This record gives sequence, C-alpha cells and structure tokens, in this order.
Amino acid sequence: MDFFDTFLNMAVLRRSLPMLLDGLWLTLQLGAASIIAGLALGLVVALLGLYAVKPVRLLMRLYIDIFRSIPLLVLLIVIYYALPFLGLRLSSFASAMTALTLVSGAYTAEIFRAGIEAIPHGQFEAAEALGLNQRQTMFDVILPQAVRIVIPPLTNNSINVIKDTALASVVAMPDLLKQATQAQALTANPSPLIGAALIYIAFLWPLVLFVSYLERRYHGGRRA
Amino acid sequence: MSYVSIRDLHKYYGTYHALRGINLDIGKGEVVCVIGPSGSGKSTLIRCINRLEDFDSKSEIRVDGTPVVPGRALAKVRAEVGMVFQGFNLFPHLSVRDNVMLAPRRVRGTSRADAAKLADQLLARVGIAEQADKYPQHLSGGQQQRVAIARALAMEPQVLLFDEPTSALDPEMVGEVLDVMKSLAGTGVTMIVVTHEMGFAAQVADRVIFMDGGEVIETGTPQQVLEHPTESRTRNFLGAVLNH
Ligand SMILES: Nc1ncnc2c1ncn2[C@@H]1O[C@H](COP(=O)(O)OP(=O)(O)O)[C@@H](O)[C@H]1O
Ligand SMILES: [Mg+2]
Repeated sequence: MDFFDTFLNMAVLRRSLPMLLDGLWLTLQLGAASIIAGLALGLVVALLGLYAVKPVRLLMRLYIDIFRSIPLLVLLIVIYYALPFLGLRLSSFASAMTALTLVSGAYTAEIFRAGIEAIPHGQFEAAEALGLNQRQTMFDVILPQAVRIVIPPLTNNSINVIKDTALASVVAMPDLLKQATQAQALTANPSPLIGAALIYIAFLWPLVLFVSYLERRYHGGRRA
Repeated sequence: MSYVSIRDLHKYYGTYHALRGINLDIGKGEVVCVIGPSGSGKSTLIRCINRLEDFDSKSEIRVDGTPVVPGRALAKVRAEVGMVFQGFNLFPHLSVRDNVMLAPRRVRGTSRADAAKLADQLLARVGIAEQADKYPQHLSGGQQQRVAIARALAMEPQVLLFDEPTSALDPEMVGEVLDVMKSLAGTGVTMIVVTHEMGFAAQVADRVIFMDGGEVIETGTPQQVLEHPTESRTRNFLGAVLNH
C-alpha cells in the first residue's frame, strides 16, 4: 500500500475537488457571517455591560459568562434538535450561525470591554470637558483608540470561529468537513479529508501569522 | 456680577470629606490662582466646576447663571468651560489639527473647512502652527500642553480651568506654557488656575486663593496672600514652597 495512493491520491483529490470547493464556500460564508454578527453583538453587549443601568449590566454579564461556559457543540445541538420542540426550526446554516454568533459575541464583548477599559481615564475626561456627549466620546475618542488594542485578540477570535464552523457538519450542513467526509465515503479513500485539512491550514495559517505580527508590532509600539 | 458662583460646595469621596463648604464668586474675565498643599482639594474644586466630579446635591455651582447639574444644562456649561489638564490628555489617534477641530465639529457642528481654519489660527496663537499635521506623541511636553490650550480655546470658552498645567513639564518648558497663559489673561476669558508657580500667580492673578484641608483658608490680591498672609497655615505653606 503506497502512502501517496492512500492519503494524497491525486486522482481522488481531483475528482473530489468540486465538492471540497462547494464546502469551502459554505464554510467561508458561515465563518464570515458569524464573525460579523458576533462583532456587532459583542460591541453592543460590551457597551451595555459598561454603561447601561445596573440590571442591564448584570444581564450582559450573565450572557457573557453563560456563552463562554457552554460548549459550542452542545449549544449547536440544542438549537438544531431541541428548539424545534418549541416550534422554532432553524436550517442547519441558521442554527450554526446562531450558535457561532452567540458564542463569538460573548468573547468579543470581553475583548471590547478590555479594550475600552485600557484607555486612560483622562481621555474620557478630556472629551467630556470639551462638551462631547457620551456617544461622541465613545465613537470619536475611545473606540478608535481601543480598536488598535482589540485587533489582535479579535483576529484570534475570528480564527476560532472559522475553525468552529467545522462543527456545523454534525447538523448536516455541507460545509468543508462534511463534503470531505462524503467524498471520502464516495471514493473509499481518505485523501479528501487530508485535502480538507490542508485547505483549512492554507486559510488560517496567514491569519495566525497576522496575529503574531500584530502582537509583535503592538508590543514594539508600546515600548517605543 | 459673578460669572462663576460656588455656594457651600461639599464633596465626599465615599466617607472622605474632600471639600468642606467652599463659597466663591468669580467675576467675568477675572484670573484666579488656587494654591495650597497637595491633597488640599484644589483639583477637586475645579473639577466640580464642569462637573467632572459629582458633588453634594445641597451644594450649588452656577456658570453664567446656569446651574451645573446633570442633563441638558450641563452640555451648555461644558461648551462654555474649557479645561487644561496636568497630563495634557491629547487624543493620540488624531493629528494636532484634528485634536483642535474635534469639539467645534461635533459640538458646534462647524464645517470641516471652518474648523480647520479656526484650528490653524489657534495653533498659530499658541506658537505651534507648523506642527499641525504631526501627532501629539511626536511633540515635546510644552508643545503638547500648548496644543491642549488651543483645543480648549477652540470652543471659545468663557471660562478656562487649568489644573497644574506645568507640573508635568520639564523645567525648561514651563516658561513657554506660562507665556501662552499670560497672553490669555486680560482678554475677557475667566481663568481659574491651580498652580505651584508663585511667580505666575504674583504677576498674572487678580486674586489668589489658598486652600488647605478642603477649605478656602485665605483669599485676596497676590500681594495680600503671597506677601502679607494673615493665616499661619498660609505662611507655613509659602515658607515651605519658597524655601524649596
Ligand atoms: N477619586 C478619588 N477617590 C478618593 N479620594 C480622592 C479622589 N480624588 C481625590 N481624592 C482625595 O481628595 C483629597 C483632595 O484631592 P485633590 O483635589 O486631588 O487635591 P489637590 O489637587 O489639592 O492635590 C485628597 O485627600 C485625595 O486623596
Ligand atoms: Mg491636584
């Protein structure tokens, strides 16, 4: 049994490539949609958690803690298999996007909170003393500075979201992993799985390098 | 007619009684220097005037007749009261010009072109027109504080609050900032300056206020307070500062 024939069989890979690319496209759509929705949700949760009235702040805290504690796979299965009993039936894509967004939003909220809290208090005071209202203070003064701080951890979180899209294959979404397992079954050869793994790596490795670069530059900037 | 009036001002940090019944009336265009030992409540006092600090609800501060209470009135007061901080607090993500333009643009709705013109005029007035495109962190401390003054002036404030504006500066840069402040005195803007620069107080102030332990101990002309203080606490403080 030849290693290449089994694990990197070019004929099999070529035959399954269209399936893998279909899966990749869905994976990227799910990843991008969940990342963007998670960012918006996280920003809102962070701002409410910092500045809303006490009960709302506590609610946001509760949301963050719960969705950082629950395993994503459990959440996904609850949404896909349990919610229909309440009459709420979501497609596999919608289920996966909901689960990924809820969890990503919780992590993103923590990242934004830390970024905002890292801005020196004097910046808030200078903005207030000039007569800027709370919204202007946040969007013109605080967030533009916080963004620099939060980009490395947000990129890290985005990497995690893209990796976690693979869980969607358990609710029968034909994402990259699901397509690879199906191609493997069709061809009776594991090469499509290896192909899928290589595609994940090819997409995520640059992001991983980007985070390292940002972290180095950020720390370098702080020292200067 | 007093422009800033402070009635029975009390401030608590938790249970700590930081301001113990301050009464002050400051006239339009008057220059008042506030002196006193560290921890005496000088910063707290001027931070109450634009309500960066909340204060006791039975106390009253009015600026141009408007009570400094949370809400719509506070926005009006803050637009009229500029503040210069010990640590500059410039916005590091904005160029020097954009630092000065931000408040007119956002609070007054001034057009970009008009705000830029105003910023360049003010930067010229504080002597740093040629630095307008740089970022604050590339300027010296003295230059940064002059930008901060220009930023405060951009709202055309009736009152300027200074909280030890030269205390964070290297000695050779103190003069350039004090010169800018001197040039503002007598232009009609009311100035309330917390400072340890006794020479500045003697030369520029209409009135000097000595604080200790959260109270105003003595107030009068620079000559009265700095040269002929009547209170022993004032004498002790001045003795310690001048022998320094
Ligand atoms: N945010 C704060 N929380 C608690 N105590 C404070 C706070 N700010 C100031 N104080 C206390 O209030 C007193 C007056 O402070 P401050 O107004 O800063 O004095 P000064 O400016 O004259 O040095 C000091 O004893 C200080 O420790
Ligand atoms: Mg102080």
